[in-house]
Amino acid sequence: MKHTLVALVEDKPGVLNRVASLFRRRAFNIESLTVGHTHTPGISRMTIVIDSTQTNAERVTANLYKLINVIQVDDLAEMPSVSRDLAIIKVSANVANRGELIQLVDVFRARIVDVGSESLIVEITGVEEKIDGFVDVLRPFGIIEMVRTGIVAMARGSDPYPNLPSNGNGSVAVKELATLVDLV
Amino acid sequence: MKGTGAQILWESLVREGVDTVFGFPGGAVLPIYDALLEYPIHHVLVRHEQGATHMADGYARASGRVGVALATSGPGATNMVTGIATAMMDSSPIVCITGQVSSPFIGYDAFQETDVTGITLPITKHNYLVTDVKDLGRVIREAFYIARTGRPGPVLIDIAKDAQQASMEWEPDVSPIQLPGYRPPQEPLSADLELALNLIHAARRPVILAGHGVLVSGGVNQLREFAEKTRTPVAVTLLGIGALPASHPLYLGMMGMHGEAWVNYAIQEADLLLAFGMRFDDRVTGNLQDFAPEARKIQIDIDPSEINKNVSVDLALIGDLAETLDQILPHVEACDHGEWNEHIDEMKSESSQRDIQNMPDYGRLYAPHVVHDLWKYTHGESLVVTDVGQNQMWTAQYYKHEKPYHLITSGGLGTMGFALPAAIGAKFARPEAQVWAVAGDGGFQMTQAELSTAAQEGIKVNVAILNNGYLGMVRQWQEFFYDRRYSSTPLHSPDFLKIAEAHGLTGLRVTRRDEVESAIRQAEETEGTVVVEFRVEAEESVYPMVPTGAALDAMIRRPLPSHLTIE
Ligand SMILES: Cc1cc2nc3c(=O)[nH]c(=O)nc-3n(C[C@H](O)[C@H](O)[C@H](O)COP(=O)(O)OP(=O)(O)OC[C@H]3O[C@@H](n4cnc5c(N)ncnc54)[C@H](O)[C@@H]3O)c2cc1C
Ligand SMILES: Cc1ncc(C[n+]2csc(CCOP(=O)(O)OP(=O)(O)O)c2C)c(N)n1
Ligand SMILES: [Mg+2]
Repeated sequence: MKHTLVALVEDKPGVLNRVASLFRRRAFNIESLTVGHTHTPGISRMTIVIDSTQTNAERVTANLYKLINVIQVDDLAEMPSVSRDLAIIKVSANVANRGELIQLVDVFRARIVDVGSESLIVEITGVEEKIDGFVDVLRPFGIIEMVRTGIVAMARGSDPYPNLPSNGNGSVAVKELATLVDLV
Repeated sequence: MKGTGAQILWESLVREGVDTVFGFPGGAVLPIYDALLEYPIHHVLVRHEQGATHMADGYARASGRVGVALATSGPGATNMVTGIATAMMDSSPIVCITGQVSSPFIGYDAFQETDVTGITLPITKHNYLVTDVKDLGRVIREAFYIARTGRPGPVLIDIAKDAQQASMEWEPDVSPIQLPGYRPPQEPLSADLELALNLIHAARRPVILAGHGVLVSGGVNQLREFAEKTRTPVAVTLLGIGALPASHPLYLGMMGMHGEAWVNYAIQEADLLLAFGMRFDDRVTGNLQDFAPEARKIQIDIDPSEINKNVSVDLALIGDLAETLDQILPHVEACDHGEWNEHIDEMKSESSQRDIQNMPDYGRLYAPHVVHDLWKYTHGESLVVTDVGQNQMWTAQYYKHEKPYHLITSGGLGTMGFALPAAIGAKFARPEAQVWAVAGDGGFQMTQAELSTAAQEGIKVNVAILNNGYLGMVRQWQEFFYDRRYSSTPLHSPDFLKIAEAHGLTGLRVTRRDEVESAIRQAEETEGTVVVEFRVEAEESVYPMVPTGAALDAMIRRPLPSHLTIE
């Protein structure tokens, strides 16, 4: 089963590397990972899709939290959400089949963004399954090139997000290591 | 005040309370070493950067403070890797500072450039590359804070040479540290506390598994109170040794692969396991399917990622151990597990027949006897730092510790060569303590160059080399599981007495049991570091042993002495 996690991370050099390194080290299987800005400066957002039959979402979350630059992790399986994938597909097209292609593009509410003499470039957004279906019907025409962004997702509702602690957290709550003076 | 990056570094270290730094200089840290001369910090010149990291680690574990190691870029930094990984596995708070080539050259394969933040990413709690002097003061504060709080661990700071040289107008920052992603441990929910109390009160055969987290949290008193109130016997992990005094009536001993037989039996028979700050390492559990099949399990740990990692638990309380026990203790009702404790005592007395301490030595020198005598003649009060292998296991079994952090050992990584440098670091942290390093002939040779550091510093540690002429622990596996085919485990050693003497130190050699006591006394009375070589039986094995993949109670036991097996 697919499982979508959203991680808010500090926008600092190397953070993507830290996350990728964690997944590799812990042998977590990742279906897709996208990174982009949020409306809050300094905070980026990662959408991570895992196959939860192979990789335990709670373990991924707990380990992500161990990274100092990871601020918040939400499991979208626990809340209603919308998710979108975007694909750009270059498909073979000639005078004979162009009409048929345009019809399919309409049915899937995709868009033609470039027309060449031997090919078309089509853009489509939607849930992953819709795009999978579109790709399947295009295949017989001959797909020349394709790129997909991977899933981005967002919880429904109007709760403020990200909902961050105002002053960081560490200073008061994280317990200092006991010194030996107390121990012996 | 105006200061260079190098000055800001030392100024910040002084403010963090650092009094000792273990390091080795080079081109990329020349500005730092130059500025060092102006600050009241003692620098210990090591012989290999791995030694610096182990010294910082030993210092940290012995003192509860952050240990600091310093090295140059490239080879200096890569030499630190083993020590950083060692500290990571055992949650030891150290800060490692490395020089980096000047920022315009980063990425151009400059002389002695290595991507040390990349290399150490998976073996640090966090790391930093500083290319702008403006970030330095903040980064150092954060690094110390991260290293010592929560679940402690190593933090590395890589500082570009131009950031060391650049100067700026600087005031020490005293505002609260801003780390929005650094989460405080959660507080346990009151419903969970109630559930825990129900399980505790309903148990008939409970066992506490006390781990390193007890020591980290400073929770030894709480553990003791909890155990006494509920009459629950306490098993310890290798790193949890010292959580309860070994002489305490409820103390069981070490669990796991080389744990005591009665401890492993008790765990397998238990109906409730209370995992206090221990992470169910595979050396502790044996085969997971067969682990404590009848037991409910409650785990208290500060790190949520440790919950249900190896062993699924019935209830997890996430938080600091001492604080969590503080919350539980007022509600705990006195229990009496008389029958259960008696049953364990019976298993204990059965085991004692197989204990080599109760067997004659037939004039031979056995390593377990040496460790026992070391315990006896140091009155169990020494700070003991072990290497890895059989020497480590015998020390864990036969040196009975009364206090926390009096055994310092590399548990999770099992790093040979740890003992001598970590002992030197521990001695710097606790100058008043008698420090004994116990090492094998193999592991000692991996870092013996640090004898020269001890000599230069005039610092006193006592080194016991248990020389069995083998890479003993590997030999033991070859004996048990590879048909005694001793491939590459027989080991030739130099004359350890001459090695000691060549460093201007004292060397002693013991070949008979009746010489052990006087050698120990002589070592303690002699000024400066002393190396005592014990020529012990070559093919002695550590018992009991749970073979990898076997259930915890499927131990290979020491054969009974012949006069007991005749019937
Ligand atoms: C040759 C060899 C043989 C070994 N044989 C054995 C053996 O027979 N038996 C054995 O026990 N070990 C053995 N070990 C050691 C073993 O590999 C592990 O290192 C050890 O079991 C880990 O102990 P631990 O879980 O208590 O400590 P750590 O690995 O240090 O884990 C500490 C745990 O406590 C938690 N914690 C930290 N701070 C707090 C806090 N403030 N509050 C609450 N929780 C906290 C951490 O999150 C972590 O989960 C052997 C090692 C070697 C090299
Ligand atoms: C750096 C390193 N290399 C290899 C090992 C594997 N290993 C574990 S125990 C051991 C044998 C140690 O021999 P020695 O130091 O003589 O100690 P003994 O077991 O004989 O007491 C080895 C090689 C290790 N733990 N660390
Ligand atoms: Mg040996």
